[in-house]
Amino acid sequence: MTDTPTTEETPAEEAVPAVEPVESDPVREALVERLAAQFKDAILDTHIAKGDLWVRVANATWHDVVSFCKVTLNLRWFDFLSGIDWLNNPNLSAEKVWDADVVSGELGLTTPGYAGAETRFQVMCRLKNVETNVGITLKADLDADNPTVASVVDVFAGADWHERETWEMYGFVFEGHPGLRHLYLPGAFEGHPLRKDFPLLAREIKPWPGLVDKEPMPGEEAEPEEEAASE
Amino acid sequence: MTVTETASEWQKASYIAGQAADARVNVELETEGMTLNIGPQHPATHGTLRIVVRLDGEQVLWADPVPGYMHRGYEKLCEVRKYLQINTLVNRIDWLGSFANEVPYILATEQLMGIEAPTRAQYIRTVLFELSRIANITLFLGDMGVQLGAITPVFYAFRDREHVLNLIEGATGSRFHPNYNRIGGLKDDLPKGWIADVHAVMDRVRHFCDEMEELLLGNEIFSTRCRGIGVIPAAVALDYGMSGANLRASGVDWDLRRDDTSSPLAWKHADWKVWTHPDGDSFARYWVRLQETREASKIIDQLLDGLPSGPIMAKVPRIIKVPEGEAYVQTENPLGVMGYYVVSRGDLGPFRVKIRSASFNNVSICPWILRGVYVPDIITILASLYFILGDIDR
Repeated sequence: MTDTPTTEETPAEEAVPAVEPVESDPVREALVERLAAQFKDAILDTHIAKGDLWVRVANATWHDVVSFCKVTLNLRWFDFLSGIDWLNNPNLSAEKVWDADVVSGELGLTTPGYAGAETRFQVMCRLKNVETNVGITLKADLDADNPTVASVVDVFAGADWHERETWEMYGFVFEGHPGLRHLYLPGAFEGHPLRKDFPLLAREIKPWPGLVDKEPMPGEEAEPEEEAASE
Repeated sequence: MTVTETASEWQKASYIAGQAADARVNVELETEGMTLNIGPQHPATHGTLRIVVRLDGEQVLWADPVPGYMHRGYEKLCEVRKYLQINTLVNRIDWLGSFANEVPYILATEQLMGIEAPTRAQYIRTVLFELSRIANITLFLGDMGVQLGAITPVFYAFRDREHVLNLIEGATGSRFHPNYNRIGGLKDDLPKGWIADVHAVMDRVRHFCDEMEELLLGNEIFSTRCRGIGVIPAAVALDYGMSGANLRASGVDWDLRRDDTSSPLAWKHADWKVWTHPDGDSFARYWVRLQETREASKIIDQLLDGLPSGPIMAKVPRIIKVPEGEAYVQTENPLGVMGYYVVSRGDLGPFRVKIRSASFNNVSICPWILRGVYVPDIITILASLYFILGDIDR
């Protein structure tokens, strides 16, 4: 909030804010230090911005980090657990503006978000301390061909439904989960809908109905588009 | 690891309690097991939640909620919409408090863009947020009665909720799905004479709360059917990620409206109180929500008295293009904590939106809490947890 005058000036240049003004956040930095002291190299990357904390950990230590956060760091409130597919978005709506290489569906991973990502899939989990209102987003990379991570149901009982949802939406396998069954989808459903390569059939059949002013008006020819094509 | 062992002690305790309940039933009654299907169409489910219950006599051995009958795939749809178009989608998540759904999403987008709405817009947002809280919770206050066999309260609730919906319609033009937020502010300013109407209706709301207190809280049948039913200890509630009045009824003094000091919304400018209850049972959940409605009416009165003048829109570029980054913003919605995790890669629409809805976590405790209870208590517990199906299924 304090740096609003600077942010009002910046949108003109549209530059990536490479170095943000470093605000000291002793509470979250202390959390990072304690995690780093416990897990050393398994803490792959951290990011503190705007009063929030992201920590990316090695897949093998996922379960231990979550339970360490709960028991030792006192982040006892389970917020949610979900996943991200970093495969580039296929151009489903024909409305967003993307570069050609982005539309092709290649795994670009040009901007894998805060705390980074090395593989296509990422599992993320959000915990919070309700006494101090300090939250943390934990992330772990999953192998693209064999997305497997340890289940945290024995740490947070509430992770049960979240892992079931993530399993059916992304196809992540949570080892040690007592019963990975479909939660929302019917039992015979094939595929994982929230993966980027799962087609949104409504858009494949019929273009986005909000797509207006795309066709030229009856009397006019689409001159600007011809110009663009000739270039 | 020792860490893991301590972490799972609640799981073990619940398992042992369940086993003990099973054993007692089997020894005492020698009853035949039965599988009972509740829903998907049941008044206690606020939509279409199906619950498969395995019974031994009158006692529940296990319960398995089956959501998904209303799943609309919003997280997938968000990936093919522009930022402002998503506002229309998220309206439909908790349809009784629609305005409150928009606010955290818009705040997350504004945080990514580095925009902050003007103070007047934040005040009006907060007022409408609290109005949608009243519209949402008044229905619960009456509906809980009708679940337990008292028909009158629900008529009172619908009668007074109508006044609140009229206010929301007066300001936003729509009773249920306002779509009134814009990135950087609001669609319109308040209409003339609206503030006086609100003060009058808030008096009605407080009167309604008094009526409910006399009708239900003092009623012996209501008290007997609610007290000690569905007790959730604080540690279990935290484990399951419960939030809102369900968590405060378990004695956890946590309300994002007060505790989220970085939130730009205007709760910090009003004088009000967060109510908690130590019991954690169905009665406590009803009681906390009743007090919350009163506090909400006080917040609205104070904020409208101190409403600052000024613009309602910040300077926003005509084409909304959000810089790269991730933001997670939560607010204390009528049903509990609602959050949006927005991942942007610099496009016109988001790359990923994770919708953290309150009811999903609140209902995921059902298998734990329904184990060992009797059949009529299932309805009490479901009603007192108070979920909206759109908020589970998204």
